[in-house]
Amino acid sequence: MEKQIAQHIEKPGHSYGKYIVVWLALLTLTAITAVVAGVNLGEVTIVVALIIASVKSYLVLTVFMHLNVESKPFKIFVMVALFFLIVSIVLLFSDFSNM
Amino acid sequence: MSTQEHTAAAHVHRDDIGSRMGMWLFLFTELVLFGGLFFMYSVYRYLHHQDFYIAARSMNVFIGTTNTIILLTSSLTIALSIVAMQNGKKILSLILQGTTVIFGLVFLVNKYFEWMAEIHHGNFPGSPELLSQPPGHILFFGLYYVMTGLHGLHVIIGMVIIMFMMRFTMKDVITPDQTVKLEAAGLYWHLVDIIWIFLFPLFYLIT
Repeated sequence: MEKQIAQHIEKPGHSYGKYIVVWLALLTLTAITAVVAGVNLGEVTIVVALIIASVKSYLVLTVFMHLNVESKPFKIFVMVALFFLIVSIVLLFSDFSNM
Repeated sequence: MSTQEHTAAAHVHRDDIGSRMGMWLFLFTELVLFGGLFFMYSVYRYLHHQDFYIAARSMNVFIGTTNTIILLTSSLTIALSIVAMQNGKKILSLILQGTTVIFGLVFLVNKYFEWMAEIHHGNFPGSPELLSQPPGHILFFGLYYVMTGLHGLHVIIGMVIIMFMMRFTMKDVITPDQTVKLEAAGLYWHLVDIIWIFLFPLFYLIT
């Protein structure tokens, strides 16, 4: 019995609850981003939309794609990949804004 | 000899962490593929932002939002199918995998109607109506078809992969102790979802 309990504790993430909570959060953020797009915020609109999209991606990456329970190398890998993506876009725009 | 064979059979090589890491490495190549297209989008939008706003007016926000909800929900069902399998609920896992495929199909049907409506309005590459528009307008629709088209192709590939996973589940290749194949399929499906999370505001919500 004790062993069973120990095994149960050892294996977290076998419950459906947190996925449903994240899904509800994703739907809420989708609703917010659709409503905000209707409000005329000028230049800020795109920034707000991209921030919301980033938050949604973060939720998908950490919970749905299990990055929160993966070991450190996985997290470092993803951060390095995203870092190079950001470096590329910064260099790209530093080039364009000088044209 | 027979002892060796016996040990070889008893010890099936298995490296779940390596399998998942391999899948992540593959996903990074997808990031480069779509990243390049997002870069192209951002440069052309920067150069022709006024044309982009006008061109995006013909986007169907209702279908775009519906498809976002469908894809987010399909991400939930594939994530839950892994949990169901880990809990030993094979039938429930199969139902959830099947639901994911159906959501993928509904997404594509919506996409079909959306594209048909745009084509009907003359907004397709090379059409006389589109060529008479300013360059930013043409670029917007070029990017729209390439990016949502490539994304749609990924949805089709993801559906085929999940159908294979359903077969693996039925054949007991995927078991409560051996879910890494299903997890890798899930990772792919979630990546397709993340790409859509960015495509949706960039094409539908910029008016």
